[in-house]
Amino acid sequence: MSIKRIKTGIIAAMVIGGSLTGSSVILAADNQFIGSLVYRTGPYAPGGIPWADGFADYIELLNAKDGGINGVKLELEECDTAYNTDKGVECYERLKNKGSTGMPAVMPLSTGITYALLDRVVADKIPLITSGYGRADGADGRVFPYVFVPPATYWGGADIAIHYIAGEEGGYGNLKGKKIALVYHDSAYGKEPIKTLQALASQHGFEFSEFPVPHPGLEQKATWLKIGRQLRPDYVLMWGWGVMNATAIKEAAAVGFPREKFIGVWWSGNDADMVPAGDAAMGYKSLQFNGVGSDFGVHQQIKSELYAKGKGSAKSADNTGEVAYNRGIQSAFILTEALRTAMAEFGNKPMTGEQVAWAMDRLDITEARLKEVGADGLFDPIKLNCADHQGKGRAKVTQWDGKQWQPISDWIEPNSTMLRAMYEESAAQYAKEKGITPRDCK
Amino acid sequence: MRIEKEVIYIFLATLFLMVAIPWSVGQLSKDIFFEWPFFFEVAIGGLLAGVMYSLVALGFVLIFKASGVFNFAQGAMVLFSALTLVGLNERGLPMWLAIIVTLAVMLLLAIVIERVVLRSLVNQEHIILFMATIGITYFLDGFGQTLWGSEVKILDLGIPNSPGLYFDGRILINDFDLVAALIAGILVISLALFFQYTRIGRALRAVADDHQAALSVGIPLKHIWVIVWAVAGIVALVAGIMWGSKLGVQFSLALIALKALPVLILGGFTSVPGAIVGGLIIGAGEKLAEVFVAPLIGGGIEDWFAYMLALAFLVFRPQGLFGEKIIERV
Repeated sequence: MSIKRIKTGIIAAMVIGGSLTGSSVILAADNQFIGSLVYRTGPYAPGGIPWADGFADYIELLNAKDGGINGVKLELEECDTAYNTDKGVECYERLKNKGSTGMPAVMPLSTGITYALLDRVVADKIPLITSGYGRADGADGRVFPYVFVPPATYWGGADIAIHYIAGEEGGYGNLKGKKIALVYHDSAYGKEPIKTLQALASQHGFEFSEFPVPHPGLEQKATWLKIGRQLRPDYVLMWGWGVMNATAIKEAAAVGFPREKFIGVWWSGNDADMVPAGDAAMGYKSLQFNGVGSDFGVHQQIKSELYAKGKGSAKSADNTGEVAYNRGIQSAFILTEALRTAMAEFGNKPMTGEQVAWAMDRLDITEARLKEVGADGLFDPIKLNCADHQGKGRAKVTQWDGKQWQPISDWIEPNSTMLRAMYEESAAQYAKEKGITPRDCK
Repeated sequence: MRIEKEVIYIFLATLFLMVAIPWSVGQLSKDIFFEWPFFFEVAIGGLLAGVMYSLVALGFVLIFKASGVFNFAQGAMVLFSALTLVGLNERGLPMWLAIIVTLAVMLLLAIVIERVVLRSLVNQEHIILFMATIGITYFLDGFGQTLWGSEVKILDLGIPNSPGLYFDGRILINDFDLVAALIAGILVISLALFFQYTRIGRALRAVADDHQAALSVGIPLKHIWVIVWAVAGIVALVAGIMWGSKLGVQFSLALIALKALPVLILGGFTSVPGAIVGGLIIGAGEKLAEVFVAPLIGGGIEDWFAYMLALAFLVFRPQGLFGEKIIERV
């Protein structure tokens, strides 16, 4: 084959390939574009897949049921980050200008990507919504006008865990002298609760010990020998991720540490983490900022509108009750409620990031609204304002019964006075470093 | 196999330090809890974890021995074989049949790798072959996930994971680790015998020394490469089964290659016994350091400590503990 023919072939292939790719991304001008950063591949895919399915299914449900939001059809495009920060930034750049108005909000589903996007979202005027991850001090809307952290933060999670333990022990007064250990992923994410737990330890007189686990956490024997055979704490908390979670639970079982005294944050409470741990996970507890199971109205709608017609994203309708799946629905729900709020102000058309940020500052998801969509009990109401970008920050404690999570507490509210002061102090420090003048929210 | 005196001295010195450092730290620091039963518990736990590292390191050694190439794809092969096994089992094949079919798939993979990748690279620089294995890694990672999905899969062989108490309950050893160590031990002994006493084993070693020279004396290079990649595939499958039943079969299995690297540096890239002794030293060393030294400096040192330990050995034995001394005239 001559070089000329090869060249012609390559050019032809590029033209055909280009036209095919081009056709798949042509978006109708009157549709609302939604870009979704997901990870269906890579080491953390087991937790990422159900989230992505829940998010996609809720968007598709609105399209199938109502033709979108107020007649504006939703067009979803996923970009796979493989939970990798470089890829995450690349996905954000690729999606941010798509559709007639660009991406209305970004939910990076990774604390690393969140940090990488902090400056970019301000420049691009695209709200960054991090539900249960990212920077806890993003709750201070005066310093972070484009960051929103509903429904909960890691700092709130740490306080809720201690509140729960205090309840188990018969009150905060009985925490004095108790030993509480934290096993954490040795990363920015894993270190997030330490400051809060240290503050609580000095406040309530319990002994706090830290046990970092290097990424990815495939081997934790030494850590658990120290915990289970040497320190012998009363409770262990975990801020783990991916394979680290199942390994920790198995090692806890291997040294005979009672799983009933072992409480993980929500990212250490995916169904995908419990399954490989098998029987060892029985009795293990986890915080959740959403309800568990699929006995909610919204699941019934998803099943009848999508799965019954073969249009669901997950492998089968049986997967629709996993906690990560429910978190995906919750993220999609927060975003679409913000779009609805924005449309009420700016008209029924595709919304820009700036308009959605305006709406997020006024987001008010009431109990009545949750009932309307069939999510009462599944999510907690959220009310945000210009200064408060978190809301109540409540979470429940759940326990693994060998097959699924069972709620064992009602919504627990963290100590918002203490946390708010911590958020403001940390945000003020950030503002000083970056030369940001906090906006006036009065 | 003749063991050099130098190796014995280094080994004994290591053993002494492994006991002396934790004991001294325990005497000097109030923060460190030292008791002999606890010391042995940590050391035994480390040795058993080390056997699991050796299992992965063996795959690297096999291919390095036969082709002088560091096979970057070994971790991906562990993941791919385990995914295939569980995928077939989930689709209704009984476990024994799934294991046989997976072995066949690993053989097929070895043939394809030889045909498509290695054949055209005979007598090329080792770095070229190394780069090719990076390509194989990415292909296997992606292909495995496309074929079988990225969800966590369960691999339950019925091995108990309960804490076993020995010596009047003073030392705790996990039953699963004992079984895994036994299986790895059997595999290592079989491979060592295979290399030492069979014609194929000798041919493998000849090929490792010089591709061209081996070809010139009539050793069929293509067949040897297929055999060695297939054997590495079998080792990957055993490692995949053991690690997969411990952690669940998921993408993270590919990352266990990281745990094998210090073992290889320490034990030498060309020695099967080196992989096993290296695994034991790394396993026990990193656990003892994490428990008895790490609390003084903030914890979480076991991963980088393993590499540091391996590098310390290189100062005394640049070729690794059991590696071949390469003498080249200038």
